[in-house]
Amino acid sequence: MSRFKEKKGSTPAISTASLPDIIFMLLFFFMVTTVMREVDLKVKVVLPEAKEVTKLEDKALVDYLYIGPPSNKQLGTEPLLQLNDDFARLDEIDPWVKAGNDRRDEVLRGKITRSLKVDKDTYMKFVTDVKQELRKSNALKINYSTSRGR
Amino acid sequence: MLKKRAKQGPGEINAGSMADIAFLLLIFFLVTTTMDTDVGILRLLPPIVEDQESEIINQRNVYEVLVNDADMLLVEKEFIDIKDLRAGAKEFMTNPSNLDNLPARTRVSAAECREQLAQYKGWLAAADDSSKARFEEGVKKWEGKLKAIELIGDYTELPNDALISLQTGSKTSYNMYVQVQNELESAIRELRDELSKEKFGRKFTELDEKNDVDQDRIKAVRLVYPQRISEAEPVDLTKKN
Repeated sequence: MSRFKEKKGSTPAISTASLPDIIFMLLFFFMVTTVMREVDLKVKVVLPEAKEVTKLEDKALVDYLYIGPPSNKQLGTEPLLQLNDDFARLDEIDPWVKAGNDRRDEVLRGKITRSLKVDKDTYMKFVTDVKQELRKSNALKINYSTSRGR
Repeated sequence: MLKKRAKQGPGEINAGSMADIAFLLLIFFLVTTTMDTDVGILRLLPPIVEDQESEIINQRNVYEVLVNDADMLLVEKEFIDIKDLRAGAKEFMTNPSNLDNLPARTRVSAAECREQLAQYKGWLAAADDSSKARFEEGVKKWEGKLKAIELIGDYTELPNDALISLQTGSKTSYNMYVQVQNELESAIRELRDELSKEKFGRKFTELDEKNDVDQDRIKAVRLVYPQRISEAEPVDLTKKN
């Protein structure tokens, strides 16, 4: 009985026992929504702006090609192509497309989008060459990646 | 003394630092997170065709857009500003005053659709396996048109070979190319929005692809204003006279 009397007067501290739960909830939210950058960019890409853009819905069905001047200035200023983690020549596009196809289920192969992330100061010649290679490998669904303009 | 000890048992683990650990993880994911999804202009490249020479296209059905090495626009053999490209493309698609140098839109009627449909179905019934696919395609095409008429009434359609042809010089900047693509896309989207607003009370871009009713509407609007921007074969502009 004497215990109850002791508590009177002092305000009890707020319990922090549920704090970890709240933090965990936030943590799980970010874990689920997170997409980690899977490639190291070796080229500098400043995307052009456009207004009429479509969202690429299914990230699992998108492969990226990067075109732009190399970030390492010693390699010059001419735009280079980057596939996966390294620079690539034009004739490496075909095996890259095939590897991309092999990674997916057969039914999904037609739905793979190749997203071109091209620096806005690149000359069209290079982009056209890359497009021709994609056509030759029968990778016809492409996306000109842009940033969303005003 | 003895009594007290027995009561103690193994003490509880202090969970106070649990929050700190969770915080650490949380901050890690906060930093590495990229929420933005990739956006861009979707295009379908044409498959490689061996003999291109045989294709003869009627000049009035082609909206020729050339961009030279200095990022200047030559549209239908006239220099124009990029601001006027959208209006130009819209005029090409609709041909409002029935000009001779723009594609002639032809009226599609329900009667014609039914007639063609019956004909194709007849052929399909008589066809052997090898040519079946072609007739099935025909049936599908006319069924689509009939459906469109049910939804939006009689409409006019572009000739089959009408297209916007976009060609660039080798030193055209990619930025300019994307801007031109953007304007052309705008033109078609605006036309589709107008039609959809008039017929269904909602913009084309607001129609829901996953909804069955809207899906038919989308197909119908696409039939009236098809998106035919050709990713033309690379041509050496310097050799063109």
